[in-house]
Amino acid sequence: MSAVKEPLLRARNIVQEFPVRGAGGLRGGVVHAVSDVSFDVQPGETLGVVGETGSGKSTLARSLIQAPRPKSGEVLFQGEDLVRLRRRRLVAARRHVQMVYQDPFGSLNPRWRVTELVEEPLLGYGVKGAERRRRRVGELLDLVGLDPSVYGRRRPRELSGGQCQRVAIARAIVLDPALVICDEAVSSLDVLIQAQVLNLFERLRTDLGLSYLFIAHDLALVKQVSDRVAVMHLGQLAEVGPADALYRGPLHPYTAALLASVPGLDPATGRARRPVPLRGEPPSPLDPPSGCRFRTRCPRARERCATGEPALRERSPGHSVACHFPLDETVDGAAAAGREPRHLTRPASDDAAGPGGHLQVEPLPGRS
Amino acid sequence: MTAGRVAAGAGPTVDGHGSAPLLEVTDLRVRFTRAGRAVHAVNGLSYSLAPGRMLAIIGESGSGKSVSSRALMGLLPPTARVSGSARFDGTELVGLPEREMRRRRGADIAMVFQDPARSLNPTMRVGVQITEAVRAHAQLDRNAAKVRAIELLQLVRLPAPERRFHEYPHQLSGGMRQRVMIAIALAGRPRLLIADEATTALDVTTQAQIMELLVELQERLGMAVILISHDLALAASYADDVVVMYGGRAVERASAATLFASVRMPYTRALLGAIPLLERPAHTELPVVAGQPPDPAALPAGCPFRPRCGSATDECATAPDFTEHEPGHWWACWHPEVGA
Repeated sequence: MSAVKEPLLRARNIVQEFPVRGAGGLRGGVVHAVSDVSFDVQPGETLGVVGETGSGKSTLARSLIQAPRPKSGEVLFQGEDLVRLRRRRLVAARRHVQMVYQDPFGSLNPRWRVTELVEEPLLGYGVKGAERRRRRVGELLDLVGLDPSVYGRRRPRELSGGQCQRVAIARAIVLDPALVICDEAVSSLDVLIQAQVLNLFERLRTDLGLSYLFIAHDLALVKQVSDRVAVMHLGQLAEVGPADALYRGPLHPYTAALLASVPGLDPATGRARRPVPLRGEPPSPLDPPSGCRFRTRCPRARERCATGEPALRERSPGHSVACHFPLDETVDGAAAAGREPRHLTRPASDDAAGPGGHLQVEPLPGRS
Repeated sequence: MTAGRVAAGAGPTVDGHGSAPLLEVTDLRVRFTRAGRAVHAVNGLSYSLAPGRMLAIIGESGSGKSVSSRALMGLLPPTARVSGSARFDGTELVGLPEREMRRRRGADIAMVFQDPARSLNPTMRVGVQITEAVRAHAQLDRNAAKVRAIELLQLVRLPAPERRFHEYPHQLSGGMRQRVMIAIALAGRPRLLIADEATTALDVTTQAQIMELLVELQERLGMAVILISHDLALAASYADDVVVMYGGRAVERASAATLFASVRMPYTRALLGAIPLLERPAHTELPVVAGQPPDPAALPAGCPFRPRCGSATDECATAPDFTEHEPGHWWACWHPEVGA
């Protein structure tokens, strides 16, 4: 949508791996947590990141803020590569990238008062003037909908989960960051409180021109806030594209399977849609399958998927997929839905349908 | 449009005609004492469940949905005061002596919880834990119990059950651990399985698998299921009947089809408006319900939703009765939404 604008954040070929020791019947080896992930975040946009447990979404977020540094790759933020920055300069750059975590109680010091919690980042970055800091804290608490005169003196345990999360958000934005990374930031909140906090995120985005990297396992939640969405599977990007296009016509069989697994409910008619489960267990990140890492669970898998790792390629402007047989391509006339005959091994015509190729998407299994 | 289904499914509460309910909960109340204050966790909950049906109890944290089902199993701490009635196949569960409750727990009603990792003993092989459950309910020797345990693992569709039998919980994925928990719950051949947020901690793909398994078991074993969840869409997709709880009370109840097609209670409407749904376009502004859920130690007089409700009037200071206003559709509200 904004190809001309200079991206706020460019992540290039991020790799993060952790060695694990074999113990108690577990095998040792290397966990391939993030494998060669590249994406951009534009100024003012929300990029949603979805994926199952172990898909590497949180590790990716931590790699971006260098906690810990990725094994390789570049994180270009406002013209600097964070991976190469050393102590003081990294701290200076980190001021503009803040995080909000899932557990609002766990991320706040239980002994501090709300005003102290929100003031702390200002002190940490040496913002001078007690009166100036006090005013700023008051502004921020107002902004996140907590009356400073009521809540300012309270400690975290005197607040509800939603109020704690508001404090965490105030802390994250008190330094006027350009990018806020939300890692399951509303996942532990009850529905009505979650809606309040989601609306707060949206309002702050409009008012302050924030960009978000919004990580969550809940596909509906991510759709609610995102302009673009990246789908992660076992440390890799399976698909990335504009939110509406990706949800309307997913290109990766994994995205389609995730969408089909979500119980549906039409708020207007009250009609429900029962999910169609994906078969099989997610493979281990210690020993990902050869070729495409989704092939062991994929209804469209062919021989080729076991040998060649599919690269992320653009199928329509801004919409890319890493799949040998994406869903905008009919495979020998077989429908995407259901189980297809496995004997078909027609070589895929990768080049025939380049960018702007036909975008006829077959119906999702179980959606009507 | 769903009159037939409603009439067949919702069943009577107190009048007692139609098919005999398996579970009949009437005016169930649970009160705790915490720091000298009375905490009213459940305040008069009534519902009935026919054999082989799936009932969803929906609510936010603190709505009393879990406490009310633990009360059925006698799993509340000794400080809890339970009153009202819960008849399971004719037997009154409220006030049942612990020895009798112990005999029935797992044999009549079994329960599966949210966190399978914490429900299983990490130092014991999976097989030992299931065999233990099997032998707790039936006089079987080791070999016969093992055969039955493997049958149970097959029943819950655990891949490679003979191999998994000898593994430890940490060697299984979250979905496989929950299958093991379900197998343990089935060891006593219960007629009612309570799934308390049993899929909440799982990935969406695994959740769909576990829900499919629960539906299959419900049909194959003729077992009734109570699905306790905060997820409206999940309830709408799987349950036959739905009870919505707020502030320890049932506020609306009907068959799933009726409830979501014709919401009456403003709280149910608020929930439905606030959940992110795939069916909505991105960046839809969600209708805001201000305020916090009620504190069960300081419940407002009258309707518990009154302080947050847009339709509230002075009348709402008197608690509305939870009654069957339309065939098969109960609600407790002075100002229900008008049907189309």
